[in-house]
Amino acid sequence: MKAWLLFLLLALAGAGAALSANVAAPQGTTTVALPPDVGPTFKPGPGAGVARQYCTNCHSPAYVANQPPLAAAQWTAEVTKMQRAYGAPIPSDAASTIVRYLTAVYGKP
Amino acid sequence: MDRSRFLLSVGSALGWLSLAQGASAQTAVTLPFVNGERRLVAYPQKRPLILQTPRPPQLETPFSLFDEGAFTANDAFFVRWHLAGIPESVDASTHRIAVTGAVRRELSLSLEDLAAMPVVEIVAVNECSGNSRGFFNPRVPGGQWANGAMGNARWTGVRLRDILARAGLQPNAVQVQFRGLDEPVLPQTPAFKKSLDVDVARGDDVIVAFLMNGEPMPLLNGFPVRLVVAGWYATYWVKMLSQITVLDHADDNFWMKTAYRIPDTPNASVAPGSTGFPTVPIDKMNVRSFVTNLIDGATLKAGPTALRGIAFDGGSGVRRVDVSLDGGATWSNAVLGEDYGRYSFRLWNFTWDAKPGTYTIAVRATSRDGATQSATPTWNPSGYMRNVIETYKLSVA
Repeated sequence: MKAWLLFLLLALAGAGAALSANVAAPQGTTTVALPPDVGPTFKPGPGAGVARQYCTNCHSPAYVANQPPLAAAQWTAEVTKMQRAYGAPIPSDAASTIVRYLTAVYGKP
Repeated sequence: MDRSRFLLSVGSALGWLSLAQGASAQTAVTLPFVNGERRLVAYPQKRPLILQTPRPPQLETPFSLFDEGAFTANDAFFVRWHLAGIPESVDASTHRIAVTGAVRRELSLSLEDLAAMPVVEIVAVNECSGNSRGFFNPRVPGGQWANGAMGNARWTGVRLRDILARAGLQPNAVQVQFRGLDEPVLPQTPAFKKSLDVDVARGDDVIVAFLMNGEPMPLLNGFPVRLVVAGWYATYWVKMLSQITVLDHADDNFWMKTAYRIPDTPNASVAPGSTGFPTVPIDKMNVRSFVTNLIDGATLKAGPTALRGIAFDGGSGVRRVDVSLDGGATWSNAVLGEDYGRYSFRLWNFTWDAKPGTYTIAVRATSRDGATQSATPTWNPSGYMRNVIETYKLSVA
């Protein structure tokens, strides 16, 4: 098959176009230093320390602080998801404290 | 992450952060929804972006940057990770992609191995499933993105199907599963893995990409190699790709079976508060368009005015873009810009002799498969696939 025909067929086959020139793959090491957590932090309130203790093991407080105001059932579902889907080892009394805290501080008014 | 490495990172990052703050005037933005205050922070290999969450990092592209052209610069491209165990150092020279499972020959491919295969490139939009989630009404939990969890780049790499052909699929192959170097913090947290049906995986436009806009990609975008599933939401574009596993069954891991599922309804939409509807894994992006040189509430001088923006869809390509100056009552055809392929942002522009008054500008794209945008927003509990017609209030004085 002529080269131009092959190229045309490749171009028609998909949006990805074949490259004729050799392309160099990346080499060597890329190293970055991910910045520290610049906030937001958990707002003060009863249970804030418990939330900080369990939640920040895996993620920043921003995951909570940037949410829209959520209803108690929504915060309950979030904490339950952390326990059941992600395996967060949050004892049930601590989970209750966290839900009360989130609902009080980040809940729907 | 090991503790001493983390402390080292903090030390070097602090010095670097203060530099970035000194150089940048604007340090915060307010996204246009309740609780939308965010900092602008420059992460490694990135210009200052909207900090959604520090750990794991989620960085949003400030929308004004989409006015720079059809391609999103690598240092402006949004960032989204699910799990905080992100390697901060990756050696491209020793990186390998293991191809295992229902294959005839297991492979361990270096990037040099990939570069020796037929190399292709494709321009494609990468959009987070939850892009624009912050605009959902009623609001839904999740990453509270405005419209900047998307970007368009030229991706260079090899077709996945060429890799699969080299390995040879067993007859019982059903799906192909992908995972990268990122790890959960807790061993019991499901590692991030995504899967494609074999037919999709062998498509023309599924690429194992090692260049982004002609350069090695930023580490936070998946250095040294990521999957590109052109036309499909970014959840499938696995970063730091290290394992390709051919499955003899449909993947039932958390990230396929539970997460990233949409209602199996028209436009993936349900009435707010609905439960019990069937769901399917999210796949193809829907059609969207935006004005990039106008912000809502702007005031302009009367006279000839150029509106411009971007449009895209899930791979049929943009057929037309229409602009309305009266909130959607009447529409005029915009001029389309250069065509970089059917998966790319398509620039558009529209010139208008603006007379004094107040206007509601609206923009609506129609894709080649006939899909278009609606003035009524869709809704689903995960906040996926927003594609309502965007509107912008404008005063001309």
